Amino acid sequence: MISLSALVSIGFHGLAFAMVLYLISVGLSVTMGLMGFVNLAHGVFAMVGGYVLTSLMSRFGVAFLPTLLVAALATALVSLPIERLLYRRFYGGEELDQVLLTMGLVFMSVAGATYLWGPLQQPLQPPAWLSGEIDLGFRSFPAYRSFLILCGAALVTALWLAIERTRFGARVRAAVDNLRMAQSVGIDTSRLFMTTFALGSGLAGLGGGLGADLLAINPSYALQNLAYFLIVVAVGGLGSIRGPFVAALLLGIADSGFKYLLPEFGAFFIYALTMAVLLWRPRGLFGRA
Amino acid sequence: MTTIRAVDAFARRHRYKPLEALPWVAAIAAYFAFPSYLALGAQILATILFALSADLLLGYAGIVTLGHAAFFGAGAYIAGILAAHGWGEPITGLLAGAGAAGLLGLLSGLIVLRTTGLPLLMQTLVVATMVAEAANKASFITGGDDGLQGMEVWPIFGELRFDMFGNTGYFYCLIVLFLCWLAARHIVHSPFGRSLTGIRENVRRMHAIGAPVGRRRLVIYTISAALAGISGALIAQTTQFVSLSFPSLERSGTVLIMLIIGGVGRLYGAFIGVPLYMIAQDRFATAEPVYWYFWIGLMMVLVVVFARGGVLGLADRFRR
Repeated sequence: MISLSALVSIGFHGLAFAMVLYLISVGLSVTMGLMGFVNLAHGVFAMVGGYVLTSLMSRFGVAFLPTLLVAALATALVSLPIERLLYRRFYGGEELDQVLLTMGLVFMSVAGATYLWGPLQQPLQPPAWLSGEIDLGFRSFPAYRSFLILCGAALVTALWLAIERTRFGARVRAAVDNLRMAQSVGIDTSRLFMTTFALGSGLAGLGGGLGADLLAINPSYALQNLAYFLIVVAVGGLGSIRGPFVAALLLGIADSGFKYLLPEFGAFFIYALTMAVLLWRPRGLFGRA
Repeated sequence: MTTIRAVDAFARRHRYKPLEALPWVAAIAAYFAFPSYLALGAQILATILFALSADLLLGYAGIVTLGHAAFFGAGAYIAGILAAHGWGEPITGLLAGAGAAGLLGLLSGLIVLRTTGLPLLMQTLVVATMVAEAANKASFITGGDDGLQGMEVWPIFGELRFDMFGNTGYFYCLIVLFLCWLAARHIVHSPFGRSLTGIRENVRRMHAIGAPVGRRRLVIYTISAALAGISGALIAQTTQFVSLSFPSLERSGTVLIMLIIGGVGRLYGAFIGVPLYMIAQDRFATAEPVYWYFWIGLMMVLVVVFARGGVLGLADRFRR
């Protein structure tokens, strides 16, 4: 039997992983739902965030919290010209074009990252106040992962409030529900796409930076983790904010559980589970028919 | 008048044209012109078959897949494992690879083809990742990270040995490719093939006229998987090696680019795109394989933005 402490440990690690997965994937879900664009290169933005964070900290000795902000902003800035110059031409276009375009970007990112940072993985050195453990009386938890969970929870709440309570969020929801109607009532969807895209990429950059400890930053990042990001989006349902959260929780906890209990099977069960969920609900848990 | 012309055009469609002999003449000419590159030549021929099988899905049935390497890998591993464990007869090995890949295509197709668009794409990717993960974890039989070694392929028909210069391998691949091409050509021009194009162009209409859309998609998915399995088995038998790169996402992606360079949905795109890609790779990638990916990626972006129809599309535009 597995002990209670092992269960708590699986849940804790799974939760931290789920936060990272959600931050990275939520932007992908929204862009896919909003623009109908298959963006296989989304992981590139997470990788950019990870590289910005690790290099600023290790090479220039910048403090942890400011670099997080810089990582998110830098990634959002990088994503803007890509959206304006490339992606925009293919909105509502053929899927094959989108797949090829974004796969091409992924391949370029692998080579580009190797050129700039070398083939080795970039270690993340958490600041002193985040290394070590936090003692909660009954049990102690690794400080960095606790920070990840808290940070993730705060961002998730902020994101939900932004989507549910602000004017910008209302526009996004309107465009996801009915693009042509949204355009008819005077919403500038082109600008909306741009803003949403940059926001989603910024969040991915933040997630990539925060999660550099869990999803190691190396040149093949976007290729290696593509399946994970796509699973979160497909299981959660396109265009949803809540769906990917549930999917990320399931994936994060199942992943750490299987790796703890049945390490010899690797990620095999995760994929089998994904197929089972999609067999049951082809459009994902929260996808609309 | 126009109706008759249309009927004529349809009737003439499947007749052999002189230009269609070109790839085969070129392949035989290449045998005499580049005797020291026969090993690469055999790989090119086998990969053309892989791209051709992907063309049946992408170009004709309109099924965009990111996991086609799963079938390629399955065929390669089955043929490889047979040859490494005492059954090196090449033709039955090829058929076993085709059978295994076809079965995998059928079973995964039953699940995957229930959807379209992104969920489909994603599920094909998951199937391929599962195959790769299974090959990785079952290292006691597949060799895992080190690759499958110790294959012993017997002579074809007990007579023709695979020689170190690749003479036998080259013609073996050429003949298998030719037979598979005949089959693919026949499928594409058959009523079944025409209905696939109909499904790609307007699926609702095909439903409305009573075409069994789901079953047809499943059949072509299975056929395409079996052809990809033959291609993988060919490469395994001629190179006597199978590795985890066979069912990888990179391979699923690169077959798309090879196809798009040549032109999708033309049956001949593979014959142009694959040699171009693989010869360029042979020349430029050996020194710095990582940077090769940069140029490939750039090429994918440029092709999609500027030359959507590939080489054959450009040729069409030039002719007009």
